[in-house]
Amino acid sequence: MAEFIQQLINGLSLGSIYALIALGYTMVYGIIKLINFAHGDIYMIGAYVGYICIKYLNLGFFPALIISMITCSLLGIIIEKIAYKPLRNATRIAALITAIAVSLFLEYTTMFIAGATVRTYPQILGNITFKPMEGVIVNIQQIFIFAVTIVLMTVLQFIVHKTKVGKAMRAVSSDKDAAQLMGINTDKVISYTFAIGSALAGAAGILVGIYYNTINPLMGMLPGLKAFVAAVFGGIGIIPGALIGGITIGVIETMVSGYGSSLYKDAVAFAILILVLLIKPSGLLGKNTREKV
Amino acid sequence: MLELNNIDVHYGVIHALKNISLKVEKGEIVTLIGANGAGKTTTLRTISGLIKPSKGTITFKGQRIDGASAPEIVKAGISHVPEGRRIFPDMTVRENLELGAFLRKDKDEIQKDMELVFARFPILKNRSKQNAGTLSGGEQQMLAIGRALMARPELLLMDEPSMGLAPLLVNEIFSIIKEINEQGTTILLVEQNANIALSIADRAYVIETGSIVLEGSGKELANSEQIKKAYLGG
Ligand SMILES: Nc1ncnc2c1ncn2[C@@H]1O[C@H](COP(=O)(O)OP(=O)(O)OP(=O)(O)O)[C@@H](O)[C@H]1O
Ligand SMILES: [Mg+2]
Repeated sequence: MAEFIQQLINGLSLGSIYALIALGYTMVYGIIKLINFAHGDIYMIGAYVGYICIKYLNLGFFPALIISMITCSLLGIIIEKIAYKPLRNATRIAALITAIAVSLFLEYTTMFIAGATVRTYPQILGNITFKPMEGVIVNIQQIFIFAVTIVLMTVLQFIVHKTKVGKAMRAVSSDKDAAQLMGINTDKVISYTFAIGSALAGAAGILVGIYYNTINPLMGMLPGLKAFVAAVFGGIGIIPGALIGGITIGVIETMVSGYGSSLYKDAVAFAILILVLLIKPSGLLGKNTREKV
Repeated sequence: MLELNNIDVHYGVIHALKNISLKVEKGEIVTLIGANGAGKTTTLRTISGLIKPSKGTITFKGQRIDGASAPEIVKAGISHVPEGRRIFPDMTVRENLELGAFLRKDKDEIQKDMELVFARFPILKNRSKQNAGTLSGGEQQMLAIGRALMARPELLLMDEPSMGLAPLLVNEIFSIIKEINEQGTTILLVEQNANIALSIADRAYVIETGSIVLEGSGKELANSEQIKKAYLGG
């Protein structure tokens, strides 16, 4: 039992990080139907910005977190303006190829500037652990992951449902023309969406740095892919879906490596995705009938 | 108030509007009637800034608006009730109405206008917390009209408000359109249901395959043999 609870806690930590990344995928997809393959790399940049803040600027966790989120949101806005906006009316495949190009650009630019080496993240939170029960250990990093994730999800929920920008975002993702007829400037709303999604990825980057201790320029590839899977799993374009998808994949992955073999952890996650999509092609929370022409 | 001069619109190689000119004076109800695919929706979408004309000019209250963005046109005072209603199905009735007032900042006045919409369409008040997608077709049409009114437009563009509604409901919607007009909003109404559209219109235009082929007062056209044959079923 203790073993199971331990695995669950570890799984929730990892899942929270996937969820934070998956939200950006799903929000961007919801609004411009683009799978932003560069999103995992924005998360990597977030980790590096946090690294610079902590290691070279001697900042604490929270200032580093905020700076990293702001930097990533600016990066997201710039990428959208330069790379995606000119392709707004191009085919989906052209936009997808551009996204892959942006991804490679971010990876290799980082490699050029920071080097390809794996860097050790400074342990800013120290080495504190808690024992809520016999045989279960929760470390301070996990507590920060949960706390930051919960706060960010609450803020996001508030923005999307209670603010004017959030309502505009939902309107644009539901019907772009109708939204324009309300006077909504869709370009602005798309910028906001990239900003928010990228800020969440930046937060995930710094959390991963302190949790796993290491970062490298290609660290965004696999978690990016898994977060994308999480978004599809939950129903792409649906915000709560990304949350559920991220947590589910994180927990499954941890359980499989804990009880089975870590060799299979990714295979099992993908197998479950395929199963869900076979039964429900639009994902867990997706509506099958809503697909518009 | 609104004037289209020699407007051409192309969808790629399709020449959808050919040299369209029409006028709407302040306080009028003007209707644009025509068969499927004649170019009625295209005309309204061009006025709203969703489509850019390839030739010609559009002026509203003396200002050029062709080339302006859709939000700028809403701001200038034109609201559009689109074909097929296009309400936001996953948002509540109240949120839909709030979005109609998106560009306005006068909170108290917005609240007043919301009450006016609720007074005009009491059913919307009862359903205000419900997702708009759960409304019936007629209720959705009322919501689409209410949403457009929330912008306090001077000119209201309406695209086939009778579409898919039972005859009784069509009469109700049209008496509401007349009422809105009497309270000071100018209306450009697109319809396939020529009968009812001509019955409330001051003036009318007939569009066929992208060109205006006939114009006149509502009465004149309702009595014209040509119109009777083509659009009024004899
Ligand atoms: N997005 C588009 N791309 C290409 N052609 C289009 C597009 N929209 C409309 N058309 C064409 O332009 C012409 C006019 O269409 P429009 O929708 O304006 O007609 P309408 O009078 O509103 O018809 P209906 O009564 O069926 O609504 C039609 O031939 C139509 O096929
Ligand atoms: Mg039409």
